[in-house]
Amino acid sequence: MCLAVPGRVLDIEEKDGTRMATVDFGGVVKEVCLEYLPDLQVGEYAIVHVGFALQRLDEESAKQTLELFAQLGMLQEEFGDPWEQAAQAGGSPWPFEGDPFEGDQAESDAVEEARK
Amino acid sequence: MKYIDEFQDPDLARRLLDDIHATVTRPWALMEVCGGQTHTIIRHGIDQLLPEQVELIHGPGCPVCVTPLEVIDKALEIASRPGVIFCSFGDMLRVPGTGRDLFQVRSEGGDVRVVYSPLDALKVAQQNPGREVVFFGIGFETTAPPNAMTVYQAKKLGIPNFSLLVSHVRVPPAIEAIMGSPGCRVQGFLAAGHVCSVMGMGEYPELAARHRVPIVVTGFEPLDILEGVRRAVHQLERGEHTVDNAYARAVRPEGNPAALAMLEDVFEVTDRAWRGIGIIPGSGWRLSERYRDFDAEHRFSVTGITTLEPAECRSGEVLQGLIKPNACEAFGTTCTPRNPLGATMVSSEGACAAYYLYRRLELTPARTAAPLETSPVA
Ligand code: SF4
Repeated sequence: MCLAVPGRVLDIEEKDGTRMATVDFGGVVKEVCLEYLPDLQVGEYAIVHVGFALQRLDEESAKQTLELFAQLGMLQEEFGDPWEQAAQAGGSPWPFEGDPFEGDQAESDAVEEARK
Repeated sequence: MKYIDEFQDPDLARRLLDDIHATVTRPWALMEVCGGQTHTIIRHGIDQLLPEQVELIHGPGCPVCVTPLEVIDKALEIASRPGVIFCSFGDMLRVPGTGRDLFQVRSEGGDVRVVYSPLDALKVAQQNPGREVVFFGIGFETTAPPNAMTVYQAKKLGIPNFSLLVSHVRVPPAIEAIMGSPGCRVQGFLAAGHVCSVMGMGEYPELAARHRVPIVVTGFEPLDILEGVRRAVHQLERGEHTVDNAYARAVRPEGNPAALAMLEDVFEVTDRAWRGIGIIPGSGWRLSERYRDFDAEHRFSVTGITTLEPAECRSGEVLQGLIKPNACEAFGTTCTPRNPLGATMVSSEGACAAYYLYRRLELTPARTAAPLETSPVA
């Protein structure tokens, strides 16, 4: 959760006396607070953490990072359904395939084996 | 070097690696502070691409991992109260408290909601004036400013039914504690880039000078890590110990002044317990006097809750870099992501989870005494 994702400002408006923007993260669009980067303009990129723009980023590095995150499935991790992800982490074979209740056991056996 | 083709720019990765290999003449131990960096390292096998003399030690920089069990218990207690809407980031859902987690609280009827931003929690409070809305405010210097802004807004807009359960932690005192711990072998730090995006680099020169360790501000993408290691190794080989910024595209030396001003207004520095490590002086933030009304701990009288951590979990040693996760007896046996004993296994950024996920199963000896040993190559 300390990850910050680069995004591009689509438009800016004042809400409740707060400078807010809609920001595009490689296809996912979110509302972002600009109070910490008050002079950020439409079209510019910034790294955004939990809905707050924290630092400007040049376009090239922003695009590279976004592409990498997309490849690594990190955008999904950041913007996917958290309940589903938590359920998966808690009950699925992650990171294994097949029977959800086999994974941990097989892995435990593998560890035991490696230690002999 | 089986992983190198997966780098975004394999040629650049190769050049950085070649430079590191050509520079190293003796063993060095570097600590990457940030959990996101740990994941990148394990995911891309960076530790295995480096020369055998360069050891990467995983640091305490996973906010979910270092949140003490008793704070989780306080969260669970508040979240189960009738009339409460408990808002959190998704990665806290599975962190075990004593006997259960937020996921279970919801299945038992608690109103637990996941938000993307703390401002979303404030919106929930505005929409539900008859309910108490609590936001779980954990995290390092990157997450603290958004939470500070949210409390500031709550006060400014006069939203009385919003409060924050605060457990914010700060990196520099943790570096101090690590350097001061008896078994410490760390000779250089890769500092957490996003923390520095907010805080700048002002706190580091004094630390670097006093402990004679290079501190290289580093991003968390694979090439960033290689560049951070490269710069740290060059310093070490030359006997230098300065602060260097290898993440200039996102870090200005002065940080983010607006965020720093807000932190100063809303929070004050306090001692904080780190899960598995214990209390580190001056290592956290709490709400300052002017915002004390928004403190959920007081509002729900849970300050008295204290909890002991499971004795078999060695996450404290993992978080301080004293052992690698797979040196823990419970690793992969009684402790797995589905059945975690410690937060370093449950958090997606935790070192134990990273080792499990990327199948670092071989038992690594706890290398507390012999830094000259080489790391195992899978
Ligand atoms: S493997 Fe589990 S029990 Fe061991 S240190 Fe990691 S979290 Fe704790």
